[in-house]
Amino acid sequence: MAGKINHKFRANALPAMIMVGPVAVIMLLLVAVPLIYVAVMSFCSIDEYYNLTSDFTLSNYGRLANSDYIKIYGQSLLIAFLTTVMCILIGYPFSYFIARTKSKRKKILYMLVIIPFWTNSLIRIYGWRTFLGTSGWLNSALMALNIISEPLDLLYKNGTTVLGMVYCLIPFMILPLYTAIEKLDGTLLEASADLGARPVSTFFKVILPLTSSGIFSGSLMVFIPCLGYFFVADILGGGNSDVIGNLIERQFQSGNNWPLGAALSIILIIVTLVLVKIYQKLGGDMDALGV
Amino acid sequence: MERKKKRLKNFRIGFCTLVYLFLFLPISVIVVNSFNATTSKPYMSWKGFTFDWYVKLWDNSSLLEAISNTMVIAITSTILATIIGTLGAIGMYRYKFKGKGLIDGLLYIPVVIPEIVLGISLLTIFSNVNIPRGMLTLILAHVTFCIPFVIFNVRARLAGYDNSIEEASLDLGANRFKTFFEITLPILAPGILGGALLAFTLSIDDVIISYFVYGQTKTYPLKVMESVKSGVSPDVNALSTLILLATIAFVVLTQGNIFKRRKGGYGV
Amino acid sequence: MGKIVEIEGVNKIYGSNKVVRDLNLTVDEGEFLTLLGSSGCGKTTTLRMIAGFEEPTTGTITVEGEKVEDKEPYERNVNTVFQSYALFPHMTIFDNIAYGLKMKKVPKAEIKERVLKMMELVQLNGFEKRYPSQLSGGQKQRVAIARALINRPKVLLLDEPLGALDLKLRKQMQLELKRLQKKLNITFIYVTHDQEEALTMSDRIAVMHDGVIDQLATPTEIYEHPTTKFVATFIGETNIYDGCITSINDGVATITLENGAVSVSCPSDFKLLEYATISVRPEKMKFSKEKVEGFELVAQVKDYVYVGSVLKCIVVLPNGNELKIERLAGQDLPEIGSKCYPYWNVEDAVLIHNESYYIFEALNNIQLA
Repeated sequence: MAGKINHKFRANALPAMIMVGPVAVIMLLLVAVPLIYVAVMSFCSIDEYYNLTSDFTLSNYGRLANSDYIKIYGQSLLIAFLTTVMCILIGYPFSYFIARTKSKRKKILYMLVIIPFWTNSLIRIYGWRTFLGTSGWLNSALMALNIISEPLDLLYKNGTTVLGMVYCLIPFMILPLYTAIEKLDGTLLEASADLGARPVSTFFKVILPLTSSGIFSGSLMVFIPCLGYFFVADILGGGNSDVIGNLIERQFQSGNNWPLGAALSIILIIVTLVLVKIYQKLGGDMDALGV
Repeated sequence: MERKKKRLKNFRIGFCTLVYLFLFLPISVIVVNSFNATTSKPYMSWKGFTFDWYVKLWDNSSLLEAISNTMVIAITSTILATIIGTLGAIGMYRYKFKGKGLIDGLLYIPVVIPEIVLGISLLTIFSNVNIPRGMLTLILAHVTFCIPFVIFNVRARLAGYDNSIEEASLDLGANRFKTFFEITLPILAPGILGGALLAFTLSIDDVIISYFVYGQTKTYPLKVMESVKSGVSPDVNALSTLILLATIAFVVLTQGNIFKRRKGGYGV
Repeated sequence: MGKIVEIEGVNKIYGSNKVVRDLNLTVDEGEFLTLLGSSGCGKTTTLRMIAGFEEPTTGTITVEGEKVEDKEPYERNVNTVFQSYALFPHMTIFDNIAYGLKMKKVPKAEIKERVLKMMELVQLNGFEKRYPSQLSGGQKQRVAIARALINRPKVLLLDEPLGALDLKLRKQMQLELKRLQKKLNITFIYVTHDQEEALTMSDRIAVMHDGVIDQLATPTEIYEHPTTKFVATFIGETNIYDGCITSINDGVATITLENGAVSVSCPSDFKLLEYATISVRPEKMKFSKEKVEGFELVAQVKDYVYVGSVLKCIVVLPNGNELKIERLAGQDLPEIGSKCYPYWNVEDAVLIHNESYYIFEALNNIQLA
């Protein structure tokens, strides 16, 4: 009998290894190990030439409580929150309208959402700057039409950063919502109306609960990247509305204090873990995030 | 009643139009600016119409090099991620083994974690083991963040997969190898294709992760990032416009067909 | 007729779960054999072991005198019709049916000829270019059968092939399958949980229960002479009485039940004082307004249900057990609520060894030791 079991094992072990091996190696070496290394690094010190030393220290974490930093965490969370809310407020009705339209051009309407995102995101963000800047197109147009005499100061505000974030991340809200709403069985809405519910009650009692999965996964996929999208804050916020990503980027590029940058990254990892846990508690499907 | 309906319809159309305007506004800025005759930084004010930038573009060797780097990286990492991810998805669906839960958990990390964290963690590990940053590190990084998207797409397809179809193939005389290529792959093809498309899109547009691992090999997004400070020049806009046209053409030609086949052809 | 499939001492164990236990089964060439049982009885696992999708934990399986338990499914000369049909969704009907021949590298012209001929045989002409998703359940079923049969297997394995069809179609396909089997003279091993299907189609039926074959016999034998209580209750409707053999005279035993004694003709392998079970089919049951010699049962008429040609009577024994009795309609019957005396012709009842008797005896022995 032992021979039989062995035979089975041999039959499965090789194909299993060939198929799963590469994924396992890459995920371990290029995801698990680097993240562990970052966690370890966050406890390291640097010498006066910015070289890593293996001296254990908690000072990097101590520096995280710096009041300038705390202000940026708050600002970053606020930007992420506002971005998520805006994405829901714009994305939900929009997704609803295009997912439930009876128009034959539904597929085209859907593709029109995706096409802008095939153009490089940096250039598109820069497009906003060209449009909104003091000598930008909006101000030039308004001034040419004599609506304003002085150019409006539109750039480099938290609001502008939120605009950029919404712009970059809204497809991550629209796509899952579209999928969830499209799956909605139309007869349910008719049943609800038949049973005496007004459209508003139908929305809150039937439509919203059945599409909440899309809202949850969309929110997760909008909120978390917001904390890291430093280039949006750079181009549209001009240093006035930095997010946590900017702090990290600075330590790894110009500041050259990698352990501090590592400690800052740990904040993002923790926020991510907490949000993912909440998402799972709410019944969210992890696989839905990547499709 | 009629009036109310009409008002609702107008609201819908109006709302959607505004959203589309919002989505396409910066694109139109780019397209219009690519014909802007201005030569002074930051290339914002309108100085008249010209096709010059579409000609000058071909003399900008560093920009052309960047776009060719981007294409090489995107194509290589898409192919690698698609092969590795597809095999992995099938293997994980089919076999039980130790550490499966761990791999499964790790797959979610590149999807949910902020890109910057993945970027700096790859940077630290590459510099620790002294892998020179360049084409190789860029491809490794791109393959890493693309694999999960391929796996999730293939897995979604596997969810509706009837195992007895493979058994039927074995039963009818095809060995495992033949069964894989004749049955398994074709049935999973839409998922694999979807995953590959997503991987390619993510790869050509990636800024943040590339930003930390590029060394001397600049990709097109990185080239743009560099020029952002001084003002994105109209030849970059011209190139973007060309890319946009190419992608729209690609979508119209291929995507339309994919959708058609998915719908009318066969569903598992 | 030679033996084509021989299963000897086969066990299949998943962890601590014995799905198939000490199975021995011989299938004759050209036979239509049905494995019948409820879900989880091991019938599908047995079929899958013959096909090669599962390996027996112990034991041997021989097809055409050759041991196959270490052979891959594609090396065995058997084909399967799957419950879910398992048609390849990305191939046309033609390509589905041609698949096995392509794998055998049969020349293209021959493939075409054979496929078209097979499609005609299963009445699918004109469907070559369709995809499985464009077919109805019955049509898919025919494709699945054609795809397996075209390889001219020695044995065709069918795993609940008609399970997904509606009743009318199922009846029609039963006859058609039987016709095909006769015409092509291929051995069919057929798995089903539908006893009626098994009775109409099979040459022999193996009734499986908890991983073992309870009884292997012809449909008539299974129906008229079940050897276990499970077989008696699983196949058709029956009335069951548990009791003890209190006397045997001239091949007729008196069995004492909870509600009184009854008479049954008694095969020679039953002993006095043995616990035994009696099975009497409703159509063999009778009841009278007066007491019948050899039967002490007294019951009360509870209800009559009219079902076309027959009348189903339900009578209740004093202990609350209900008996089902079928009578031709239009006969003079006692009124609902009145007393009646159930009986039967002694040769119409089947006496079955009661398994709990053996347990009882074994316990006794333990106590004695």
